[in-house]
Amino acid sequence: MTVISYRQALHDTLRAELLRDENVFLIGEEIGVFEGSYKITAGLLAEFGPRRVRDTPICEEGFTGVAIGAAMMGLRPVVEIMTINFSLLAIDQIVNNAAKLRSLSGGQLSVPMVIRTPGGGGQQLSATHSQNLEVFYAHVPGLKVLAPATCADAKGLLAAAIRDDDPVIVLENLALYNTKGEVPDGEHVAEIGRAAVLKPGRDITVVGYSRAAVIALDVARRLEDDAISAEVIDLRSLRPLDRETVCASVRKTSRAVVVEDDWLSYGTGAEIAATIAEGAFDYLDAPVRRVAAAEVPLPYAKPLELAALPDAGAITRVIRQTLEGN
Amino acid sequence: MADPAGEDLAREDPAVLREYYRQMALIRAFELRAAEMYTRAKIGGYCHLNLGEEATVAGLTAALHAEDFLFATYREHGYALARGADPGRVMAELFGREAGLSRGRGGSMHLFDSQIRLMGGYGIVGGQVPLATGAAFALAYRGGPAPDAPAVMCLLGDATTNIGAFHESLNLAALWRLPVVYVIVNNQLGMGTPVEAAAAEPELWKRGCAYRMPGQRVDGNDVLAVRDAARAALDCARMERQPTLLETVSYRLRGHSVVDPARYRTAEETERLRREDPLPAFRHRLITAGVLDEETAAEIDSEADMAVAAAVDFADASPPPEGAALFDHVYATPAASMYRGLPGDPVAAPGPAAGPGPGSVGGPA
Ligand SMILES: Cc1ncc(C[n+]2csc(CCOP(=O)(O)OP(=O)(O)O)c2C)c(N)n1
Ligand SMILES: [Mg+2]
Repeated sequence: MTVISYRQALHDTLRAELLRDENVFLIGEEIGVFEGSYKITAGLLAEFGPRRVRDTPICEEGFTGVAIGAAMMGLRPVVEIMTINFSLLAIDQIVNNAAKLRSLSGGQLSVPMVIRTPGGGGQQLSATHSQNLEVFYAHVPGLKVLAPATCADAKGLLAAAIRDDDPVIVLENLALYNTKGEVPDGEHVAEIGRAAVLKPGRDITVVGYSRAAVIALDVARRLEDDAISAEVIDLRSLRPLDRETVCASVRKTSRAVVVEDDWLSYGTGAEIAATIAEGAFDYLDAPVRRVAAAEVPLPYAKPLELAALPDAGAITRVIRQTLEGN
Repeated sequence: MADPAGEDLAREDPAVLREYYRQMALIRAFELRAAEMYTRAKIGGYCHLNLGEEATVAGLTAALHAEDFLFATYREHGYALARGADPGRVMAELFGREAGLSRGRGGSMHLFDSQIRLMGGYGIVGGQVPLATGAAFALAYRGGPAPDAPAVMCLLGDATTNIGAFHESLNLAALWRLPVVYVIVNNQLGMGTPVEAAAAEPELWKRGCAYRMPGQRVDGNDVLAVRDAARAALDCARMERQPTLLETVSYRLRGHSVVDPARYRTAEETERLRREDPLPAFRHRLITAGVLDEETAAEIDSEADMAVAAAVDFADASPPPEGAALFDHVYATPAASMYRGLPGDPVAAPGPAAGPGPGSVGGPA
């Protein structure tokens, strides 16, 4: 194990995969000469050259489609979309081509492609640059959607995504790039479709993913001081979704709170709550609650931005309320 | 333009010319039968025909090497046939059968056959253009220019030149010098909208100028002109990594799709289209040049009819995909926790204490 940042884990994994497989190449805006808007690809153009690290003009639909076409031919493109907000310009290619080609071709073609893209607010980037649109993609069969919260998963899930033969969206998070954590040395490929229990507990299940899982874990650790034992589940994969790990936990704790940075209505938490209603109904001692982003275009002004995003205070409050209700 | 005196035909191998006619006749017969099968409810969904585009189809496919990759639109039955797909399997796809080209998953608009490097028909206007560009990217990634290097041909309709993905793709292909030929199959209409009403530059091939991409407009009713222009463009792609924007001009003989009566077209226009129909024109041209006689031509026509009748019989006799195969071919790599419920199925078992439930349905795939 080595302690490195989430950013470094992503960078090192890209480099290792470029070295491992000649078919892997990186493509996106400002990933080469500029070394990436968030410097994930720093140094890779210098090491691998423009054939493997391809800077593109600003044309998300065009270069995402190019990557899908290259993947249909057996290459393994890793696309960087600068932030998930800009993926909206590529959504037709992602939803109507990447997700569909295997099925439409009756299994003749596959699309072994990865789209890496950061989401998340909290950086005062305001409404158009702070969104959590991952459910747009998690809704679509044919895609896989991964959301690493830890540095180890940044490595393990990205490696798994690159080696998978389906189109995989890897949701990164602006607020996590500088976080540090232990990362396994050498080969580390996580299994797609398995949630992780970040912290075992008895009294309540707290479900999150990406930044929300990290905050949930922090809250759960602090609640230990008040003799509250919360089990924290990091979904890690939004599609496929590991419903069984969530239900098994709730069958044990009888209470659940979902934490999510996306908007509440129709969000990830709604899916989890519905799953728990089926998979652990008889075990529930309180309604499942959600802590999600306020339903507004995220404002620029710091106090407003802070008010709109789920934070430790809101999570703690809802956990306590859920424990009190029975 | 077509040479009625047959001088340019004299340079051609008569067997090859007869083969072009055979392909055109097959496409015509197939499409007419497809329309009939649609009205008999054997075919569902949308169904767009190549009627009036037979010369363009035969000319373009004649220019392709077997190693080349073809990306098509939803108006692609003829291309599959001309590239050598079995008519029975094409018809079976239209009928939604497991033996269909795309195993009944795609239908008329989505014919895929990787054996003949038909990389699909695409139903989202312009959706195929970035993909074709990416396929050319992959070819350039793997190999250098050579006279026998594979290239990509990307078909698109006239109205598709108004889509952003088209422009983004042309820019990338020109910038990166990719081995691709974009072909605008200008059939004068996008559904009911004439080219002049949709494109600020109605000489569509000129839209490549913004990307310094060479282009050309050819008579899409002239199979040889289409073939020669496409061949030159493909050579340019193979040997110089120079993409081209080719425009073929033909006419859509019927409505946008089988169900469109095309009332927006005047009677005079319809009459003119009938006169300029490329199939009888090519037949007449070959007979005048002595390449075909009436008898051989009639024989080819009736062979086409028989092949299509056999295709219909094959499709009719083929079983549809099994219900149990619903979740096949959605993903290439199995993963844990894949949910494969049918409408009304639970997403999670209620848990052990809740009764003798069937156990988890959310387990490993
Ligand atoms: C993005 C998108 N918008 C609209 C449609 C509906 N539509 C299908 S075909 C078509 C016209 C396309 O015309 P053209 O590109 O000239 O091709 P043609 O049908 O004439 O072969 C339209 C508007 C669609 N399939 N996709
Ligand atoms: Mg048209």
